[in-house]
Formats: sequence, C-alpha cells, structure tokens
Amino acid sequence: MTLWQRESGPETAVPAPGGPPGAERAARRTRARSLPLIRVLPLSPAVVLLLLFLAGPIAYCVFIAFTDLQLTGQAHSSFVGFANFTRAFRDDAFLNAVWLTLVFTVLSSLVGQNTLGLALAALMKRASKPVRTVTGGIVVTAWVLPEVVAGFLLYAFFRREGTLNAILDWLHLPRENWLFTLPILAVSFANVWRGTAFSMLVYSAALDGIPGEITEAAEVDGAGGWRRMWHVTLPMIRRSIGTNLMLNTLQTLSVFGLIWVMTRGGPGGRSQTLPLFMYEQAFQNSMIGYGTAVALLLLVVGSLFSVVYLRLLRTEV
Amino acid sequence: MARSRPARRLAADAGLLVVALAFVLPLAWVLLSSVDPRAGLRVRVPDGLTTANFRAVLTPDITYTPLLNSLILCGGATALTVVCAALAAYPLSRFRSRFNRPFLLAILFATSLPITAIMVPVYALFVRVNLIDTFEGTILFFAASQLPFAIWLMKNFMDGVPRELEEAAWTDGASAAQSLMRIVLPLMGPGVAVVTVFSFVMMWGNFFVPFMLLLSPDRMPASVSINDFFGNRGAVAYGQLAAFSVLYSTPVILLYVLVSRRLGGGFALGGAVKG
Repeated sequence: MTLWQRESGPETAVPAPGGPPGAERAARRTRARSLPLIRVLPLSPAVVLLLLFLAGPIAYCVFIAFTDLQLTGQAHSSFVGFANFTRAFRDDAFLNAVWLTLVFTVLSSLVGQNTLGLALAALMKRASKPVRTVTGGIVVTAWVLPEVVAGFLLYAFFRREGTLNAILDWLHLPRENWLFTLPILAVSFANVWRGTAFSMLVYSAALDGIPGEITEAAEVDGAGGWRRMWHVTLPMIRRSIGTNLMLNTLQTLSVFGLIWVMTRGGPGGRSQTLPLFMYEQAFQNSMIGYGTAVALLLLVVGSLFSVVYLRLLRTEV
Repeated sequence: MARSRPARRLAADAGLLVVALAFVLPLAWVLLSSVDPRAGLRVRVPDGLTTANFRAVLTPDITYTPLLNSLILCGGATALTVVCAALAAYPLSRFRSRFNRPFLLAILFATSLPITAIMVPVYALFVRVNLIDTFEGTILFFAASQLPFAIWLMKNFMDGVPRELEEAAWTDGASAAQSLMRIVLPLMGPGVAVVTVFSFVMMWGNFFVPFMLLLSPDRMPASVSINDFFGNRGAVAYGQLAAFSVLYSTPVILLYVLVSRRLGGGFALGGAVKG
C-alpha cells in the first residue's frame, strides 16, 4: 500500500498536468525562442504542491473508499470492493444526510442567497448612497467574518434565550426552540446570512454591465418594474445567474464549520449534512473507509457541478 | 407608468434597511456583548461598559498563542501560495503553449472542488507520512488548497501588464526572472495584494483544515481554539466569547477594508467570475 501511495502522485497527473519532460517538449515546440526550462521551471513548485497535496489525496480518497480502513488498532486494511457504497445506500443515516444536504442546498443557496443577493443588488441600483453603503457594509461584514465566528453569532441568535425569540416575544408571536425543533432551517438561514454577500457582489457587477439605454427603452415602452426585471434584466444577466448558482452550490455543499458550531449535526442527526455525516463516520465511528466513500460521492457531485461551471464559462469567454 | 423616482428610491431604501436590520442583529450581539458585564445570548444595550471581558481573554493561553498560531499558519501558507502562484502565472501569461489551456482548465476545475470532502483522506495520508499535527504539513496543505484560485487570479492580473514594457527590458539584457521581479510584479502590485489578502482571509477563517490536521491544543489556531469556550471551561462566558470573537475577526475585516478601498467593492470577483 505504501508503494501504491508513492506511485499515486504522478499517476494522477490528469487533474493538474504539468509540463512533460524537457526533451519531448522541445521536440514538440514549434516556435522555439526562449529556453524550454524557463517555461517549465516556474511552474514546478506549484505543480509539485498540487500533485502532492491535492491530486495525491484525491487519488488516495478513491483508493481507501474501496477498503475497510479503520482509525485505530488495525494492522491491515483490505479491499472490499463496492461494499462501502452498497452499505451507504442501505444506511438510513446516510440517506437522511443526503436529504438534508439537498434541503440545505436548495433552501440556503438556490432560494436564499441567490434570490436575496439579486434583490439586494437590484434595490441598490435605486437606493440612495448612504443606505447603499451601510447595507453593503453590513452584508459584506457577515461574509468576511470567520466561519466559526459566524456560527457562534447565529447560534446565539437562534438559541431559546436568543435574539430571535426576544423579537418574537416583542411582537407577541409564539417563540420556538429553533435549534431543537427546526435545526436544518436555522442552519440554512445562517448560511444565507453568511453567504448572501457573494451573490450580491456578483449581481451588482452584472447589473452594472447592462447598458442604461436598454432599461430606459423598456421603461418608455411602458414596462413596469417587475416586467422589466423578468423580460429585460434577467435574460441579460443569465450567465451571471448560472455562474453564481454553480459557485454558491459548490460552496454550500462543503459547509462544515458553520453547522458544526451551531448544532454539531444534531439533535438526533436532524441537521447532519453529508460533510458532518462523513466526519462522524470517519472519526467518531472510526470507519475511515466508509467515511471516505461518502466523501468520494460528495467529491463526484462537486466535480460534476465543477464541469458544468467550466462549460458555462467557456460559452462566456 | 411606474411610480416617480423619489418614491421608488424611498421604497428601495426602506427595503434595504429592513434587510440591513436583520443582518446587523447578530453583529450587534457580538459587539455589545463584548463590553457587557453580564452578557447573555440576546442583543441588549449593556447597563454598564466594561473591559473585563477583554482583560479576561487577553492571556497567553486563550488569545495570544492561538492568534500567533493562526499567524504562523496563515502567514506561512499565504507566502508560499503567493510565491508559487506568481511563478506559475508567469509562463502561463507570457508564453504561448498548447499546455496552457488544459492546465488552466484543470486549475479552474480545481478551484471549485469541495475541499471539505478530501479532508478525511488527507488526514489518513498525513498520519502515514508523519505530517499530522505539524505546522509544516498544515501550511503545505493550506497552500495547495488555495493555489488553484491564486494561480487563476494572478494569471488574470498578469495578463493586464503590457508585454511591450517587458520586451524593452529583455532587449536591455534582463533575464526572465529579472523582468518578473523588477517589472511585472511591481506593475501588478494591486493584483498581488488582492491575491495575498484573499488567500490570507480564506485561511484565517478556515476551521476544518486545522481542526483535522492539528491535534495538540497548544498548536491550535484561533479558528479551532474558540470552541474551547464551550465545554472545557464549565459555564459559557458569553461576554468573553464575544470579546475573543471581536479580537479574532478584526484583522480580516481590516484587511478586507484596506484592499476593497483601493480596488472597489467586489474586488476579487472581477478575476474570479469572469473568464
């Protein structure tokens, strides 16, 4: 296994192809002006780092996902084929995590961050400057804060004795123990709070790119605010929408710290998304092999999104 | 016809202020609680100001060591990232080669991989090669995970530096290394600043990587040690937690303000989202 591991680095040159050996490269070169060394050498530190610490772990991930590797007290791990995967799809806790990941992604990324970000960007075009500056500053601060700090702030906000219930009391509405009754909703809101700034910045840039004449022409034609948004603005920024949705979703799929701080995935696994499930299986239940199989599934889903993202960019460039 | 302009502006202002109010509540909690002698979980105006919370957390154990660890980890990894990215961006930006396109596509692909997913195998790998619980190992992994995005940004900024300036230096006999150091990098100073600050901010806030790769309590950066406010110290002192959060968050907010002042709001996004 050690041998395999050593070999795994170079073999995974696919995700990050470095330069081929100098001789081969020199032969292929059509316009030889400067030394090939100058072209390959500056790339090498980055390529070595990427191969050893990014491509290597990914290859290792593929490998141990098919073994029964455990955390402690095990001399050898053995190859178990697809056992980890078949097990996952029969495991209720795994299916629960898949479902919660879906809910979390749809609620916080697709619906929450995306829509709110667009709304904020559209309102900012019309608002007065001081309001725009203040709101922008607050929303971006939430984004720049370290993940764990954001987790604590929203933990305090949603706790039974927290700010949200204080507001509900003040409005004479029924209070709720949010982190216990609706943990997935609470962490989704937390992710909206933390991540909306990104969408807002993307959409602000996109809206600034729309020529003023176009919206004015629509206005002269008598198109009201909503119709203008739907028929003129949205079609013009559809590529930004695609890019933003893709990046938001990828970001949301890998959220760990925020949920960990707020609920630890509980109570009773009711806010346990895939990254937390993976962590629990690998470290609390000591089943690295099983945890890695889950990680690999997450990685595959992420890669698919990533490929779609590349496609989107390609049409744009 | 739509409403008049002032009315629309007023409506937009009102809408934004409602959102701002909702977003500011958690931020207000941390600021007010940090100076509140009897801080709880809800936002309230303190009945007296105190610096006791800050004084309580400003000890080597609670604040200085974790922040120093954060600085070593993120500073080291940022330096490594920026140097490697600048070197790699140079041939990608300056020389035409059939490998540039696949390489850049691979880099772009890697920028959007969920790093969280590979942390379990990275842990297993680090145990095997004895890099677990070391600063070196964590720094190297941090740098590698940030590198794709840093290379991508750096290359886009470098493309903005005209070639002619450099060719002039070449005819004066400067080597490629000299022209990179003396001409290209100084001209793209704001770009280098963006890559540096962005990498640093991302790492400073990262919880999962050090949480997985470091084990000893005295090596933990602030992003992990902040969890000690729960558990180890009995009843949670929310005032102290808030004070620590303020101390830990201030550097990245200042850095962000510094960079965005110079380069405008969505500073890193121009290079990141557009191709």
